[in-house]
Amino acid sequence: MKHTLAVLVENKPGVLTRVAGLFARRGYNIESLAVGPTENPSVSRMTIVVEGDDHTIEQVCKQLHKLIDVIKLSDITQDPHVGRELVLIKVNAEPHVRGEIMQIVEVFRARIVDIARDSLIVEATGDEDKINAIEAALRPFGIRELARTGKIALVRGSRGKVLEADLSEQENVSQTG
Amino acid sequence: MAIGDCGAKSKLTGSQIIIKALQEEGVDTVFGYPGGAVLPLYDELYGAKIRHILTRHEQGAVHAADGYARVSGRPGVCIATSGPGATNLITGITNAFMDSVPLVVLTGQVGVGMIGRDSFQEADITGITMPITKHNFLVRDVNELAGIMHEAFYIATTGRPGPVVVDIPKDITTQTAVVERYPPPLNLRGYRVCREPHPLQILQAARSIARAERPLLFAGGGVITSGAHEELKALAEKQDIPVIITMMGKGAFPEDHPLFVGMVGMHGTVAANYAVGECDLLIGIGVRFDDRVTGKLDKFASKARIIHIDIDAAEIGKNVPAHIPIVGDARLALRALLDNLPRPAVHPDWRARIRAWQEEHPLHYDRNCGLKPQWVIEELHRLTGGEAIVSTDVGQHQMWAVQYYPVKRPRSFISSGGLGAMGFGVPAAMGAQLARPEATVVAITGDGSFQMNSQELATISFYRLPVKIILLDNGYLGMVRQWQEFFFDRRYSYSDLAAGNPDFVKLAEAYGVPAVRVTEVSQLTEALETALEHKGPFLVDVKVDREENVLPMVPPGAHLREMIVGG
Repeated sequence: MKHTLAVLVENKPGVLTRVAGLFARRGYNIESLAVGPTENPSVSRMTIVVEGDDHTIEQVCKQLHKLIDVIKLSDITQDPHVGRELVLIKVNAEPHVRGEIMQIVEVFRARIVDIARDSLIVEATGDEDKINAIEAALRPFGIRELARTGKIALVRGSRGKVLEADLSEQENVSQTG
Repeated sequence: MAIGDCGAKSKLTGSQIIIKALQEEGVDTVFGYPGGAVLPLYDELYGAKIRHILTRHEQGAVHAADGYARVSGRPGVCIATSGPGATNLITGITNAFMDSVPLVVLTGQVGVGMIGRDSFQEADITGITMPITKHNFLVRDVNELAGIMHEAFYIATTGRPGPVVVDIPKDITTQTAVVERYPPPLNLRGYRVCREPHPLQILQAARSIARAERPLLFAGGGVITSGAHEELKALAEKQDIPVIITMMGKGAFPEDHPLFVGMVGMHGTVAANYAVGECDLLIGIGVRFDDRVTGKLDKFASKARIIHIDIDAAEIGKNVPAHIPIVGDARLALRALLDNLPRPAVHPDWRARIRAWQEEHPLHYDRNCGLKPQWVIEELHRLTGGEAIVSTDVGQHQMWAVQYYPVKRPRSFISSGGLGAMGFGVPAAMGAQLARPEATVVAITGDGSFQMNSQELATISFYRLPVKIILLDNGYLGMVRQWQEFFFDRRYSYSDLAAGNPDFVKLAEAYGVPAVRVTEVSQLTEALETALEHKGPFLVDVKVDREENVLPMVPPGAHLREMIVGG
């Protein structure tokens, strides 16, 4: 089963290598990994989607915890969360099919962000199912190039605030320790 | 002297910061080998109040630091230059990582501006050592150096210990920074060590122990690391629980104790392996259920509930599911268990069963023909009263040393466990001797292993380290040959070393280390006595029975009961 891990890490050089290396070394399969800075410039957030049974996921989490640069980790698969991916699709679009493509784009509440003589770039965000669906819908026209970000996610409700509070608490501890 | 004492605002060079940090961390001995990128650091070491041991190969330095750490319980420190100096450390760092040994490894690096240009003697050592260190640092700013040094020692020595590499570009060692005080505050918000075991888990474990009819304590290296041997003994005695050990746990429990059963696993004793199969409660402490210990996993301790105590949460459930997991320091956990088990227990039937297995299947070998390696170890044990600090290499001699040199105390038997790195024994013995100058330190090695770091005879000779090297010389890669005999139809493919071996006596003498050769049974005792009485280093080359096997043996991947016990 697919699990979504929300991981706060130090925003330092080499951290991505440490995480990716751990997955490679222990034979865990990364479905997707998205990383970017957070509102706190010293912290980055990684959203990792990993495939595996419960035993494997438990090991993944424990091994990630051991990395000194991993500050906080939670498996949010079972928590209500907003999960989004962004996709850019460059699709063949001769003038006579453009109307049809634009209808599909509208149905998926996607956007056209570039137009060339015989192609379009479509931008869409959504959960994995939606992204898969728009990709399938556009495939018959001929997809020239495609880029997906991988999933990013936040837990719904106020829990995120608690997580941040934990973090600043830990900062205080480490200052005095 | 605290750094603050030398003027609140005085600036120190990177090299001076490193030396000060080492002193403040209580380091008295470092092992190393100089080179271009660490020249400024070595210039600062020249005349510093830290003893630097110059080995003849960086691998010797890191194994020596490892041996020093295992015997002293303090972190081992070694220094190497960039590029080849650093890559020569890799085996030693991995070895320390696998066996959870605290090391702080300082490597030189090309200047900050030169990194990434494939400069002369540049190697990406933080990249290379990422999977074999507990953590590593590349210092990019001299102002961070003091903090990184302190964090390196803190990470290496706390929780589950391990090696930490600090990679220091050459220009950092000459730039200056103000160090207000040492230690600077830690900045490790992602590093938390859970030492206190959960009281509910302890309660549950205590109840299981009280209920168990055939409990078995299973002690690994974690017992030694946490200094939990007294608590282990107290728990075993009070609850009348027999004890088995892993190789890394050798010394965690006195082997002459009536509750001691033996080592478990591939070359464990029959009684220990039977006991695992028959126990109804297995209490694993500081163990990681390695495949050399468990044999076939699904049949390991199949009748038992398992309590697993470990400081590293990731070890629990990794190989064997634990019914009662306890994350925490072994010593604190055992103390808590003792507090929760006020009433003593007895298990006479269980003890009697184990005793019967011990009596029926003792370790044995044919004492009547030839110069047997097992007998060499037994004689060594007799002549040293079992009081020597033993360091081993890897192979048959290692297993015979485990089997025939029983020890009573922790940190008196050191060996490359997880990695199984040939070449560990002799340099580790040097480190052990420097940690315990008054002790008798014996390196038990084989002709294959010895030649993987025999250049360290020069270090032993130069520093007059009174290490006794006992070389069980069968002219084979003995363990390889044994596997070829058992599993490859006696096709001894590239495992016969005899024809190419040097004259080990002459080799030792060339380095100024006296040596004798033993070819007859009648010569052994006198040769060992001579070696042990000699004030300085000594090598005894014992031409042992060439095709002796290590028994019992559980074939790889087999159930622990499927032992080859021999005639």
